[in-house]
Amino acid sequence: MSIIDLDEPGKELLLMGNEAIARGAMEAGVKVCTAYPGTPSTDIIENLAAVAKTQGIYVEWSINEKVALEVAAAASYSGMRAICAMKQNGLNVASDFLLVLNLLGIKGGLLLVTCDDPSGHSSNNEQDSRIYAKMADLPLLEPSTFQEAKEMTKWAFTLSEEIGNVCILRGVTRTSHARGNVILGPLPPPERPPAYFDKNKPWRSQPIHQKHNQLHEILARLEEIFSACPYNRYYGPSHPDLLIITCGTGWLYSQEAVEIMGLENSVGILKIGTTWPLPTRLIGEALQKTDKILFIEEVEPFLEGNVKELAADFSMEIGPKKFFGKRSRHVAPYGEMNAERVIEALVKILDMPYQARNPQYEARAKEVAQKMLPNRALGFCPGCPHRASYWAIKNALQLDNREGFATYDIGCYALARGPAGYYLLKTGGAMGTGIGLASGFGKFSTFGFDQPVVAMCGDSTFFHAAMPALVNAVYSKSNLVMVILDNSATAMTGFQSHPGVGINALGEEVTPVDIEGVCRAFGAKVEVTDPFDLEGSKQKMLQALADPEGAKVLIMRRKCAMLKPKDEKAPYQVRVQSEKCIGDDCGCHRLCTRVFKCPGLIWDQKGGKAKVDEAICIGCGVCAEICPEGAIRREETR
Amino acid sequence: MNLRGESCNLIITGVGGQGNVLSSQLIGQALVSQGYFVTIGETYGASQRGGSVMSHIRISRQKQLSPLIPKGKADVVLALEPVEALRVLTAYGNPGTVALVNTRPIYPVDVTAGNEEYPPEEEMKKSLESLSHKVYYLPATDQAMEMSSPILGNMIMIGALLELQLLPLSVTQFQGILAKNFDPKRLETNLRALEEGRKNIISYPQAIP
Repeated sequence: MSIIDLDEPGKELLLMGNEAIARGAMEAGVKVCTAYPGTPSTDIIENLAAVAKTQGIYVEWSINEKVALEVAAAASYSGMRAICAMKQNGLNVASDFLLVLNLLGIKGGLLLVTCDDPSGHSSNNEQDSRIYAKMADLPLLEPSTFQEAKEMTKWAFTLSEEIGNVCILRGVTRTSHARGNVILGPLPPPERPPAYFDKNKPWRSQPIHQKHNQLHEILARLEEIFSACPYNRYYGPSHPDLLIITCGTGWLYSQEAVEIMGLENSVGILKIGTTWPLPTRLIGEALQKTDKILFIEEVEPFLEGNVKELAADFSMEIGPKKFFGKRSRHVAPYGEMNAERVIEALVKILDMPYQARNPQYEARAKEVAQKMLPNRALGFCPGCPHRASYWAIKNALQLDNREGFATYDIGCYALARGPAGYYLLKTGGAMGTGIGLASGFGKFSTFGFDQPVVAMCGDSTFFHAAMPALVNAVYSKSNLVMVILDNSATAMTGFQSHPGVGINALGEEVTPVDIEGVCRAFGAKVEVTDPFDLEGSKQKMLQALADPEGAKVLIMRRKCAMLKPKDEKAPYQVRVQSEKCIGDDCGCHRLCTRVFKCPGLIWDQKGGKAKVDEAICIGCGVCAEICPEGAIRREETR
Repeated sequence: MNLRGESCNLIITGVGGQGNVLSSQLIGQALVSQGYFVTIGETYGASQRGGSVMSHIRISRQKQLSPLIPKGKADVVLALEPVEALRVLTAYGNPGTVALVNTRPIYPVDVTAGNEEYPPEEEMKKSLESLSHKVYYLPATDQAMEMSSPILGNMIMIGALLELQLLPLSVTQFQGILAKNFDPKRLETNLRALEEGRKNIISYPQAIP
């Protein structure tokens, strides 16, 4: 029994926002759950997968977000409720189908959850997914608390069936990946009408203009439904000096800022839970309360722009208003929100003094922050196969000596943009983009381009979006090396399975899709290597770089170090023989600690020698091969 | 045991892999079962990749607070790594903040590489003290390694935190939550670590070198 299927209505628990969403889906009687993993959305489907067998639901890690939405839609057409979750970038992938699906309509309640990542903590952008709801003319819900995340999820299925279309729920890092109180509701009885597709009632987007018009009729209905919805509420005095209109996390930050500033009697807050379409009537009433309005939201001025549009419609009744927000620069038009940013805006608008701390303390804190805090750059874990892979690639590119460089996708291995991977990665950052870009670079020899290009790709990413680009490279006779770092997991998001690892989301064994075989079938030349064999990997890399014809694939295969069972013995005991270590005199300026940079190797300041940190080293033994003096010694533990 | 004011802000900080996220969850669970509103904001997208990891744990009698503690509003800082304690205090500390600091440094790769300097111990202590009301220095990693594994450091630190009665949470209540989360073998080691941490405070500062 997990918290997702705990049958104790009324019990109060500490849940992660994503757990609350998963629980809400269970309380709504969801039957089919799909996703491609992506922070901060992954835990939704992961939690549902954990109860799939006992609760008789179907859960899958789909190959990408578009397929995930398609599988969920198939469930809906078969009369079942379905949830499909993704991170903000994933919605870009799914949007191709979403913008037809809205015209097709749905049968069983279909909820699309998108989890945005303001400030891009775990992403390559901070895009605001809400714009898709407006583009697709679909309803959008934004929870502010963990309880709301659960309640809104449950309600979204009913709403979806009521309007016959997809409902979108948007989380952000600080709702999805934060935790708070949630009171459980009842789980529905597990009755199941047989799934059935009525072939006499096809779902079509034609006639397109009529279907599109229907969407606008639904939006008008939704505006009324939302005006009476409990998730939209005004808090504060009847005639405030300033009205904050906010949604999502902004509500909690705004409340706190108003309290810290002691402005409860002069600043009101209109909290919106249904951000598209807006509850027109309610907004009109709120705008009449005051002349000054501030918008607090993450990330784009979405609420801000749409409310202003309504204010223009109401202008004859409500008169001119002064708006503050991202357009007026009272709030910076980027990044994650927090209470300080709301306070800053209030200070500017109301011209009030505010000090978070006394000036003396503030000055001390600032001085310490500037002088005493070493940067803690992200790096690969101790024992990570990627460090070894990049070591081999770096050395091969140096020996090749033609200014070769690498392009990349998304995953742990993208840390090689920085020192962790010797700055090898030069451009990329979307799923499958490394090989797509390389497919281009590899075609430009007729224009004088003669640098080797290496496309880096992860195993999960390979299935998600890299396959079409590899076919493109083969088909167009592009000259490139594609390196697939196969670590047997979708590691960055928490080790979810994918088609290559022989297990699915339900924990069933399946025949693994053979990456090597797929690449060969496409017509690429394929080699496989173990990255811990540094010399062998370098040689294979050099051969691939030297081959001037077509797409070469080098699979660097070794399991992620984090997948190792915690009680498994380290293969080696590693130590630095201090008599052999020549410290700073090392010809390559401390090759081990300055360049190779495994966190398990530290520098003994006093002795001026390298040292193994036993609290961190996991005994992979790779560093023993890189020391030019042979000072790092590894002994087998078995 | 009660909350002294309306609310309490605790930050647990450290480096990825030190058990920071689990610690905050266990404390949060225990407080929710005692009837408090708890909000935890975590940064762990990169938690296993050497970065700084911080959990904001916000406790209130009245309502769900926001997931991020505003600047200068931390009441208690529990640091699994000393420089991370300093980092958190510069942003969230105030003259009333109490800090519990595991004294074992984890050197950033840039320090190992010689590009940056890790602050000398004495200077760091002086700064920690100048940015807080009181600092407790605890050799949690060393004690954990003596017990079996460095990962127990977090439980030793929590033991100290509970013994100081800085949260509205008793040791017994927390032990109850551990029992719900861990299998018997893991429970036993964690309870021992918790006890070790309490002892550190009971005999503080005499027993601490």
